[in-house]
Amino acid sequence: MFPILTVMVALPALGAGLLWALPSASRARVREVALAVTAVELALAVALFIQFDTATAGTFQFSETYAWIPQIGASWALGINGIGLLMIVLASLLTPLAILAGWWEDKDPARRTHYLALILLSQAFMVGIFAARDVFLFYVLFEAMLIPLYFLIGSFGGAQRRYAAVKFLLYSLVGGLIMLVGVVALYFQGPGGEQAFLTDNLTGLTMSSTAERLIFLAFFLAFAIKAPMVPLHTWLPTVAENARPGTTALLVAVLDKIGTFGMLTLCVALFPNAARWAAPVIIVLAVISVIYGALLAIGQVNMLRLVSFTSVSHFGIMVLGIFAFTQTSIEGSALYMFNHGLSTGALFLVVGFLIHRHGTPDVTAYGGLQKVVPVFAGTFLVIGLSALALPGLSPFVSEIMVLVGAFSVAKAGVIVAAVGVVLAALYVLLTYQKVFTGPTPEAMRGTRELTLRERLVLWPLVGLMLVLGFLPGIAIDTLREPSADIVATVSIEEAGE
Amino acid sequence: MSFVTPVIAWAPLAPIIIVLGAAAIGILVEAFIRTPATRRAAQLALALASLVGAALVAILQWATLDGAGTVVLEHMMVVDRQALAWQSVLLLFGVLGTLLFAARTRAGEEAFTPLGAVAPGSTEETLARRKGMQLTEVFPLALFAVGGMMLFTSVTDLIFLFVALEVFSLPLYILVALARRRRLLSHEGALKYFLLGAFSSALFLFGAALLYGATGSTSFDEVGAGIASATGLDTLILAGAVLVVVGLLFKLGAVPFHSWTPDAYQGAPTPVTAFMGAATKAAATAALIRLVYGALYGLDWELSWLFWTVAIASMLLGTVVALVQTELKRMLAYSSIAHAGFILVAFAGFPDSTLSALPFYLLTYGLATMGAFAVITQVRERGEDGTVLGEATRLGQWAGLGRRSPWLAASMALFLLSFAGIPLTAGFVGKFVAFSAAMSEGAWPLVLVAVIASAAAAFFYVRLIVLMFFTDVPDGQEDAVAVDYSPLARVVVVAAAVAVVLLGIVPGPVLSAFENAGVLLLGAAG
Repeated sequence: MFPILTVMVALPALGAGLLWALPSASRARVREVALAVTAVELALAVALFIQFDTATAGTFQFSETYAWIPQIGASWALGINGIGLLMIVLASLLTPLAILAGWWEDKDPARRTHYLALILLSQAFMVGIFAARDVFLFYVLFEAMLIPLYFLIGSFGGAQRRYAAVKFLLYSLVGGLIMLVGVVALYFQGPGGEQAFLTDNLTGLTMSSTAERLIFLAFFLAFAIKAPMVPLHTWLPTVAENARPGTTALLVAVLDKIGTFGMLTLCVALFPNAARWAAPVIIVLAVISVIYGALLAIGQVNMLRLVSFTSVSHFGIMVLGIFAFTQTSIEGSALYMFNHGLSTGALFLVVGFLIHRHGTPDVTAYGGLQKVVPVFAGTFLVIGLSALALPGLSPFVSEIMVLVGAFSVAKAGVIVAAVGVVLAALYVLLTYQKVFTGPTPEAMRGTRELTLRERLVLWPLVGLMLVLGFLPGIAIDTLREPSADIVATVSIEEAGE
Repeated sequence: MSFVTPVIAWAPLAPIIIVLGAAAIGILVEAFIRTPATRRAAQLALALASLVGAALVAILQWATLDGAGTVVLEHMMVVDRQALAWQSVLLLFGVLGTLLFAARTRAGEEAFTPLGAVAPGSTEETLARRKGMQLTEVFPLALFAVGGMMLFTSVTDLIFLFVALEVFSLPLYILVALARRRRLLSHEGALKYFLLGAFSSALFLFGAALLYGATGSTSFDEVGAGIASATGLDTLILAGAVLVVVGLLFKLGAVPFHSWTPDAYQGAPTPVTAFMGAATKAAATAALIRLVYGALYGLDWELSWLFWTVAIASMLLGTVVALVQTELKRMLAYSSIAHAGFILVAFAGFPDSTLSALPFYLLTYGLATMGAFAVITQVRERGEDGTVLGEATRLGQWAGLGRRSPWLAASMALFLLSFAGIPLTAGFVGKFVAFSAAMSEGAWPLVLVAVIASAAAAFFYVRLIVLMFFTDVPDGQEDAVAVDYSPLARVVVVAAAVAVVLLGIVPGPVLSAFENAGVLLLGAAG
C-alpha cells in the first residue's frame, strides 16, 4: 500500500530542507515553493479524507508500521482514526493559509526563507503527531516540535519575542520531560519487546492503580500545558502578543490541539481508570478555565492577548467534554477541536491583518472602521460571531454538543460553563463595537479594504464554518466511532472495577 | 616461594599495546627529530595511525569475540565485550581529540604554549615564540592518557586500577597546564586538578587497603566473594567501598567531588578540555561500572544512599550554578557536573541494562562535548589592530553568531540541544536509555529529579542559543569577535554534528552493538 502518511510527514520536512538548501540567488521564489509544498500536502489531506472509510472510523486506517529502534521498543507506526483525520486536515488547511497571510512580512529573502522553512518543519511534526500510533514516536515528535516553534517565536515577532520564546520553551519542556518519566514508566508496565510502544500494545493494560494514576498525571500535565488550562496557561498570552499572527494562528489553532488530542487518544484511552479518578478535578479546572479565560478576555485591550484568552476559555470547554465521558460530549469536543481551529485561526489572522494596517494591537486605537472598510468589518464580524458560537456557524454545533452531553454528568459545571459562553458574546461584540463602530478617527480614514490575498485566506475558513454549521454530519460521521470506542473503554473498565 | 612467570595472552591486549607503544615511540620522536615542523607532522601521523589502528583492532576483536571474553594477566584484567566497547568509544574520542590538538588558527597559532617550562610573560617565552618552537609532546601525552583510560576500563584488580588511574591522570595534569593564552589560569587549573586528583588517589588507595584488610585480596572477584562471606567486618568493608567509589567519583566530577572541574575546564587549552570532558568521564564511568558490578554488588543496598545523594546533588548543583555562569567554558563545566549526576542516575539499584545504557550515553555525551568545544576554538576575540586573539568565551561575545556564521552556530545549537536531551538528537536517546535503566529498578523519584534538572538545564543551554540567534551584535562590537577557520577543528565539528544527528534519528545499530556489550566477564575463572 502507498505509505501516504509517511509521505505527508516527509513532504513538508523535505520542503523545509529544500528551502534551506537553495542558494541565496534563487531565494526570490521561496514563498511560491513553500506554498506549492503545502498545497500538495492539502491535496493529499483531501485525498485522505475522501479515501477514509467512515464506517470503520474507530480503527486506524492507512496504517504503516516499520521497526525504528527495536532495541527500545520504538516503531515508526502511523495510522489515523476519525479524530486524527480531522486534525491532519486542519493542519494541512491552515498552513498554506498562514503562509499566504504572511506573504509580505519579510523583506529580507534570507529571513523569509528561514520563516517558511520553519513553518514547513512544524507542519511535518504536526502531521506526524496526529498520525502517530506509537507512544515513543508521539513523544519524540511532541518534544522535537518545540525547536522549530522556538525559533519561529524567538526570531520573528514583537519586542519581547525572546522572552516569549524562552517562556514557551520552558513551559513545554517541563511538561514534556515529566511526560518522559511517564513514557519510560509505561514501558515497564507494558508487554515489552520490539514493539513495546505501539498504542495497540499499551491499551487495556492491567496495572496497579497508583502506577496508572502517576503515569496518567505525567501525561496529563504535558497536555494541560499544551492545551493551555488554568493555571498553566500563562505562556500563551505572552507568545500570542509577541509572535507573528501567522505563527500564533498555527500554534493555537493546530498545535495546542495536540494537548486535547493527547488527552483523548492517550490519557483517556490508555489510562481509563485513572482518567475517571481524575475527572472531577479536571472538570472543575476546565470550568474555571472557561470562566477565567472569558473574564480575562473581556479585560484586554491588546487584541492578540484577547484572542488568546478566548482560546483558554474554549479549550476549557473541550476538556470539559472529554472528561465528561459521554458519547455526545466527546464527539462534541473532538469536533470542537476542528472548529475552534477554523474559528481561532481565522480570528488571529484577521486581527493580524488589522495590526498590519495600523501597527498596533491596541483596541482603543481603532474606531469606526465599518464605514471605511465594510467588507473587512463584515468578515471580522462573522469570524467573531463564530467565536461566540452563533448558531449557523460550526463552533455552535460542537459547543452545544459538549454542553448537552456533559449536562447529565456535571450539571453544575455545565451551568457555570454556559455563563462563559454568554461572556463570549460580551468580549466579541465589545471588541467589534470598539474597533468598527462609532466615529472614525482621522488616522483610520485611509484604511485599506481586505485585499484579494487576504480574502483568499479568510473566506475559505468562513465558508467551511458555514458549511459545517449547517451540515455538521460530514465531520461528525468520522468522529462517532472513535468517540464510541473511548466511551466504551472508560465504561468497561468501570464495570470491571 | 618461587616466582612464577605469568602467562600473558598478548592478543587481547593489542589495542592497548598499540596505543601505549606509540606513545613510547612518540617520546623517542621528541628526542630525535629536531625540526619543529617535521616533528609535529611525525607525531601527528604516529598518534592518528596508532589510534585509528587500535580502534580497528578493538572493533574487530569486539565483532569476532567468541564467548564472554578473555582473562589476562592472572585475573588482573579482562577483555570482554564491555571493555572493547568502552575502548572503542575512548579511541574515537582520542582520534577527535588529536585532531583538535593539531588544529591551528588561520594565522598558524596553536592551542599550546611553545615552551611549557618557562614562566608566563617571561623573556624566554617571547623568545621561544619568536623562534617558532612547538610543543609536540602533547601528542604522546594524549596517547598515554588514552592508553591509561583503556586500561582503566578493563582492569579487575584494585591495585592495577590505581596504576591505570595514574597512567591517564598524570598526562592530563600536564596537558591542562599548557595553554598558550591565559597561562596563569591554565596553571591554576592544572594545580587544582593535580592536588585534588592526588587527594582522590589517596582516598582510593586507602579504600583499597581497607578492602584488602577485610577480604584479603585486591582482585575484584575475590573482594566480591569476601564481601559476601565476611562477618563482623561490615564497617571496614563499607568504609573501604565508599572510599574506593569516592575516588572514582572524583574523576567523574560528581558533587561534592567536583570542585576541580570548573577551573580545570576553563584553564585548560580548549582541545584538552574537549578531550578530557569526553574521555575522562567515559573512563571513570567504565571503571565505576566494573568496580560496582564486579566487586561491590553485594553492597547495593548500602551504597544506594551514596549514589542517590551524589546523583541528586550533582544534578541540582551543576544545573543551578551553571545558570549564573557568564563564562562559556565554566558553564559547560557545570553542565558536565550535572551530566555526572545523570550518569549516576543509571546506577540506581544496579540494573543490568546500565551496562549497555551507559556506554551509549557516554558516547553521545562525549560527541556533543567534543563538538561544542571544537566550536569554541573557532570563535575568537579580535584585537584593535585586527589580529585574531584568544577564544571569546564570555557569553556576551557570542551574541549574533548566528548571523555571522550560521552553520557554526547551528552546530553549536545542535550540541547544546543534545546536552539538553531534546528528541532527534543523540543526547535524547542517551538520556532515555539511562533513565530507563534506573526506572527498571523503580527509581522513579530519582528520574523525576533528573528530568526536572534537565528542564532547568535547558534554560542555560537555550540562553546561549538565544544569544547566538536572537540577539544582535551590540553596536560598536561588530569587529570584536572573529570566526576563525581551522580545517581540522571543522572536521571535528562536522563529524560530531553528523554523529549526533544520526545517533538521534537511527540509534538502532549502535544500541544493538552496546546491548551485545552489556555483559561483564565477572572475575571470570572465579
